[in-house]
Amino acid sequence: MNAKLHWVATHCVAIAIAAAFIMPLIFIGLTAVMPDEQALTPDLWPKSWEWGNLATVFRTAPLSRWLLNTVIYAVLATIFTLVSAVPTAYALARYKLRGTNIAFLLVVAMMLLPPQVLVVPMYLIWASLGLTGSIWPLVIPLLLGDAFSIFLLRQFLLTIPEDYADAARIDGCGELRVLLRVVLPMMKPALAAVGLFTFFYAWNDYYGPLIYLSEMPDQWTLSIGLASFKSVHSVQWNLTMAATVIVMAPLIILFFFAQKAFIEGVTLTGVKG
Amino acid sequence: MLRRRRIAALLFLTPWLIGVTVFFLYPLGMTVYLSFTRYSMLDQPELVGFRNYEYLFTKDPYLLQAIRNTGWFIAIMVPAQVLFALGAAQVLTKLKSGAGFFRTLFYLPSLAPPVAATIAFVFLFNPATGPVNQALGFFGIKGPLWFTDPAWAKPGLVLLALWGSGNLIIILLAALLDVPKELYEAAALDGASGTQSFRHVTLPSISPVLLFAVVTGMIGAIQYFTQAVVAGSVASGSADITPSAQLPGPPEGSTLTLPYWLFVQGFQRYNMGYASALAVVIFVISLAFTVVLLRRKSGFAQVTS
Repeated sequence: MNAKLHWVATHCVAIAIAAAFIMPLIFIGLTAVMPDEQALTPDLWPKSWEWGNLATVFRTAPLSRWLLNTVIYAVLATIFTLVSAVPTAYALARYKLRGTNIAFLLVVAMMLLPPQVLVVPMYLIWASLGLTGSIWPLVIPLLLGDAFSIFLLRQFLLTIPEDYADAARIDGCGELRVLLRVVLPMMKPALAAVGLFTFFYAWNDYYGPLIYLSEMPDQWTLSIGLASFKSVHSVQWNLTMAATVIVMAPLIILFFFAQKAFIEGVTLTGVKG
Repeated sequence: MLRRRRIAALLFLTPWLIGVTVFFLYPLGMTVYLSFTRYSMLDQPELVGFRNYEYLFTKDPYLLQAIRNTGWFIAIMVPAQVLFALGAAQVLTKLKSGAGFFRTLFYLPSLAPPVAATIAFVFLFNPATGPVNQALGFFGIKGPLWFTDPAWAKPGLVLLALWGSGNLIIILLAALLDVPKELYEAAALDGASGTQSFRHVTLPSISPVLLFAVVTGMIGAIQYFTQAVVAGSVASGSADITPSAQLPGPPEGSTLTLPYWLFVQGFQRYNMGYASALAVVIFVISLAFTVVLLRRKSGFAQVTS
């Protein structure tokens, strides 16, 4: 009897949390398809289903431009991060040399450093190169190693045995071939996680685009676009929510396709190596 | 062989070493240097000694407000988030059926982009007609003014943070599932109650992950910017991040955080020297938390070794 009561209680709590978590998403969706005059009335269920709202926002704001910019940013960020983080993480995990420990401490320090600490000189560097107003300041640093991704990949590399790599070395493989042919295929889950995290990070990033792109409206990403969208359509909450849905939807779809890689990746960030 | 490997290691690390120098060490030095200058980007930086810091600590009308707000987020938002995530993770471990389904539901909101989520929350927490206050009204509670009331804007942001704590829930869930079953069985044999075994078995086992969560959460709170800025400007109905007629961090400076103030000084008023002094303040605070994390034997040392 007690066990049954316990079962009911935990499920009730779980359902309560789940409901609280899912409700906002439902209200966002419902508001997005309301007629203009209904948003901001106490009536929460759409009087008529205005699916056209989702198309309207593409006409009233350069949403497709922002979408394209965001995709370019997210894809470049993902490629650059993976290309640079793999060799760095590999060197830090596999070569026990004087210096790799210090290097790893630097990675941790950079990972924990608030970006605002460096933002002024970074902005000045990019301004002196004439690159502010483009996405290069956002992605070039990733080509030279993103600390969080390096950290994550290193933690993962420590969990896979080195025997295969040693066997390949005895067969006469060079270090680069060992990495590309032997180690890289074993890193797939971690690569998927880092790739997804980077893609999401770039998609959601507000601070970077705000600093470097805010004066160039045709370079805007969805994040700054959406923030400005609200002020332009200040009374049209239905359209604002429609735009919000369009910004959120690709991520949620991507999540359902890659859920396993995601959850594994998140777990990897917290659990000791 | 060893020499060859050493050269390979160095080659693998070269791009990163360039990155560290150009994008970390150099700008870090520059931040400190610029914090002793007056610099508007129009002329050369002009050395002014400690004047920025003097102004910062004695005259800046908003610094205290910004520090208080950032401190509030560190002291209230982070513990709230960790406790909530721990509770939710604990519930997930207890579920006999549907655990995967609930895990997905708990995780889903954390995918919402911060700007989108914040705008949505300002709408949902609309004082007059928002569903949240309607629901409260149903129970006879008069809902607060949320993002338009200086006393309720930050608690509103805490709720937003709880909604997005999916990552933390998954991390703590993994830690909870890692606790060896035998420990619970032994505790049960000794007649430990549920709370006792939580205190003496669960907590010690997950404490490294918990410490990691708390410290990274606090460092996240020091950087807290996007949600504060978007909530403030959307709720006040302004296009600009800081309309000149109002105090920064609407309503009434209640969402003004240190990074927010740095942004206003550096990128709206072009006081690059003064913004750098604010960056040094942020650096010192975050360094203190990092040192705590790195020095605790049970914490990061274990995570990183």
